[in-house]
Amino acid sequence: MLSKRVIACLDVRDGKLAKSIRFVDTKDIGDPIEKAREYYLDGLDELVFYDITASSEARSIMLNVVESVAEQIFNPFSVGGGIRSVRDATDLRMAGAEKINVNSAAVLRPELISECAAAIGSQNVVLSMDVRRVGKTAEVPSGYEIVINGGRRPMGMDALAWAKQGETLGAGELVVNSIDADGTRDGYEIALTRSVAERVRIPVIASGGAGTPGHLHEVLTTGKADAALIASMVHYGEYTVSEVKTSLHELGVKVRMSW
Amino acid sequence: MAVIVDYDAGNLRSVQRACTEVGLAATISDDPKAIRHADRIIFPGVGAAGSAMQSIRKSGVDVALEHAFRSGVPILGICLGLQISLEFSEENDQTTLGFLPGKVCRFQLSNRDLKIPHMGWNEIEVQRWHPLLEGINDGDEFYFVHSFFPEPENPTTIFASAQHEREFCCAAGLDNFFGTQFHPEKSGRVGLGLLDRFRNWDGRIAE
Repeated sequence: MLSKRVIACLDVRDGKLAKSIRFVDTKDIGDPIEKAREYYLDGLDELVFYDITASSEARSIMLNVVESVAEQIFNPFSVGGGIRSVRDATDLRMAGAEKINVNSAAVLRPELISECAAAIGSQNVVLSMDVRRVGKTAEVPSGYEIVINGGRRPMGMDALAWAKQGETLGAGELVVNSIDADGTRDGYEIALTRSVAERVRIPVIASGGAGTPGHLHEVLTTGKADAALIASMVHYGEYTVSEVKTSLHELGVKVRMSW
Repeated sequence: MAVIVDYDAGNLRSVQRACTEVGLAATISDDPKAIRHADRIIFPGVGAAGSAMQSIRKSGVDVALEHAFRSGVPILGICLGLQISLEFSEENDQTTLGFLPGKVCRFQLSNRDLKIPHMGWNEIEVQRWHPLLEGINDGDEFYFVHSFFPEPENPTTIFASAQHEREFCCAAGLDNFFGTQFHPEKSGRVGLGLLDRFRNWDGRIAE
């Protein structure tokens, strides 16, 4: 039986580790390669690097980060942020990323998902969705709306419909990131995660709001997620990765316990 | 020198980096001559059985691999590399290399909560002693990404299994060929351990 995965998300800006609260107020908190290595040795199952660099000139910095990480981490890892073309995706793959995450550009041009799937395989294409809770409307019947550009631009698209469309277009996994929960450490958006997981047959990664191992437990059981993304709770040293995994194990979640 | 067999222009640098980490010098090549002269071979895999076999045949890599197999050169197949070493794959209904008697089947799952591809960390159960699986303990997990699984004909060629609704073979071998359905290069310490043992393997299974 597959283990539930604990994935750490490292937001990288200009080659440095950053963390946002509700998508704003980012600050630098260290070296992403060092952190990645520390988590890898402490039993992390997978890593996600999110390039939040604003300028496109800084792309090559990210490729260097990816290369260095790939030399030291022998676990799967994915990279996202600003991927607009198959070329962006294959550059990152050649630098050593296992999977690539598409987000805003795929919302604006959904064919990007199928193009990337054809070029690097569905299993390596992760569709990352940023979702905000809104009132239920005709356009957004679930009350969960897709937003892009780091949470700044609401799209009037229903998150559940987009998840399904992403799967149909060839995404191999979904990251469901709740903007309302992001950085709050108050727990994942369980209902949203579960609704998505029940609609698709590809793995769902819950994101946004992790503060305690109990939050991961809830989203991996009640929320039906296959994996849980963590950030602040380990970046600031409140928990170690192995503590999180040991707690999950003790709570009866099947996680990888030998590394 | 070890050779990592390239075909279909796949991204094989993760395999190469993991080899470097365990001290195994390996070049990536699609040249049949280099494969013939290699003293050990890693045969990874990307893409689908159909297109993989097409490019392998076109480049002559199939003949070089066959030669290496018959000559006793240690070969490690990874994922699709293992799959196309069997005789037939249900993926594209493709006749494959056939070093190892048996075929490759698609997962048919009845449990809706289980997914295809089988992707992520799963524990393996060693079925039979093999020098490359030495030191792997029950509960050790490896990283998998696949929708098809090998089904070797002869049970004595099955060395480890895993569970995804049903039990399936995840490591198989015959003589100097050994293949894993999981990715040792992505499986942390336990995966590097397997590559390290491959570095020193003489191609024999005898205990």
